[in-house]
Amino acid sequence: MPAERLIASADLLNVQLHRLAHQLVERHGDFSTSVLLGLQTGGAPVAERLQALLTTILGQAPRTGLLDATFHRDDFRRRPLSGPPAANATRIDFALEGQRVILVDDVLFTGRTVRAALDALLTYGRPAAVELLVLIDRRHRRDLPIEATYVGLPIDSLPAEDVQVRWAGRKGADSDGIWLTSH
Amino acid sequence: MKHLLGIKDLSAEQIEELLTLAERFKEVLARPVKKVPSLRDVTVANVFFENSTRTRLSFELAERRLSADVLNFSAAQSSVKKGETLVDTVQNILAMKVDLVVMRHASAGAPHFLARHIKVPVVNAGDGTHEHPTQALLDAFSIKEKLGSLHGRRVAIIGDILHSRVALSNIFLLTKMGAEVMVCGPPTLIPRYIESLGVKVETDVRRALQWCEVANVLRIQLERQQTKYFPSLREYSLYYGINKQMLDALNRPIVLMHPGPINRGVELTSDAADSGHSIILDQVENGVAVRMAVLYRLAGGGEG
Repeated sequence: MPAERLIASADLLNVQLHRLAHQLVERHGDFSTSVLLGLQTGGAPVAERLQALLTTILGQAPRTGLLDATFHRDDFRRRPLSGPPAANATRIDFALEGQRVILVDDVLFTGRTVRAALDALLTYGRPAAVELLVLIDRRHRRDLPIEATYVGLPIDSLPAEDVQVRWAGRKGADSDGIWLTSH
Repeated sequence: MKHLLGIKDLSAEQIEELLTLAERFKEVLARPVKKVPSLRDVTVANVFFENSTRTRLSFELAERRLSADVLNFSAAQSSVKKGETLVDTVQNILAMKVDLVVMRHASAGAPHFLARHIKVPVVNAGDGTHEHPTQALLDAFSIKEKLGSLHGRRVAIIGDILHSRVALSNIFLLTKMGAEVMVCGPPTLIPRYIESLGVKVETDVRRALQWCEVANVLRIQLERQQTKYFPSLREYSLYYGINKQMLDALNRPIVLMHPGPINRGVELTSDAADSGHSIILDQVENGVAVRMAVLYRLAGGGEG
């Protein structure tokens, strides 16, 4: 039976999201040349929350899209039993050329998803700059030289542990929160 | 899914999975850079023992959009002419470290035979008058894109049902997905006992058009007809050819499809083929996305 530990309650998560939203405003002003891109699937609800908070702060919604990096992953053909990974929708209804893009994900771990996302992103054009925002930074395990620009909560965890960000109403969760599961 | 030999072997879930994956690839094809690196360490051989332009181009483009290395082989310029067997020909290609084979062959069952003798995945790109699974998948994808769903849709397949692998694969796929299927054509071109596949049979094309939401019009395959199945092309066109007046007279939308190449003035008049009812060019566009989905699925391995 895996043991679960709450590492960020709904209240703490909310405070972090507010802080991150204000940090974004500090750097990106009115978002006239900046866009949010949530990474499928974990980054999608984070981007959605940030968009809502930024809408309140700025008085208008920042452009927000969804990016799926499945076809750019480097573990294709290395998972013979489960078969190739299923892909999710990409929805970017604005041009990325010359924009400052903020990639949004829930957990930064090995950095491989972000690597794939950067490749996927560049097939849409040449952004002026790309930043990375994550709720959780699992510091001690990076396979690639990738760091986040904005971090909600840095944590030190074992590779065998699993970090789960849950959102009320999604996948049967009844409240927001970040959980650490050890197997 | 190790091979894609025919729609007959697929479950509704597997078909649904491929169609969803194709949707993702269709989005990839709308990007400024229409290429993803998924199959960059995969080499695909397109082995065509029978002529094809559209299907081979579509497969090749799908392979290249997935970053695969592509090897093209056509029987016209090969050692098949010198008497080499099918298995030997393909084993020789595989000896050059090929990971996947796409094959078209004039004999029904050739890809099934090949799949039993080689270790890599085989995609059937048409075997004689048997199956053409990727065509059925792209037809289904196009119907779904246009109408939103397949379940409960009424699809008429019109023309030479007897010689058509497109018809058979479409019948398998559409009935598995819960659509209603009717075949329509001259009695000489409708196989006996086709009702056993769960389809309606109609010989009056006007009644078929009245009934259906989607008309998939097949090509009269002049090259497959050593025997005369109808008196003349003119007579076929008179009784089974579809023109724009017939479609407009329905006073409702109808989706017109054709697997190509069209014999203009035989099964379809130009004004029908080029009308607003037609999604013939969408089918061609969707063909690349659907074939990318099939190749991605098979090259990625997996037991399911």
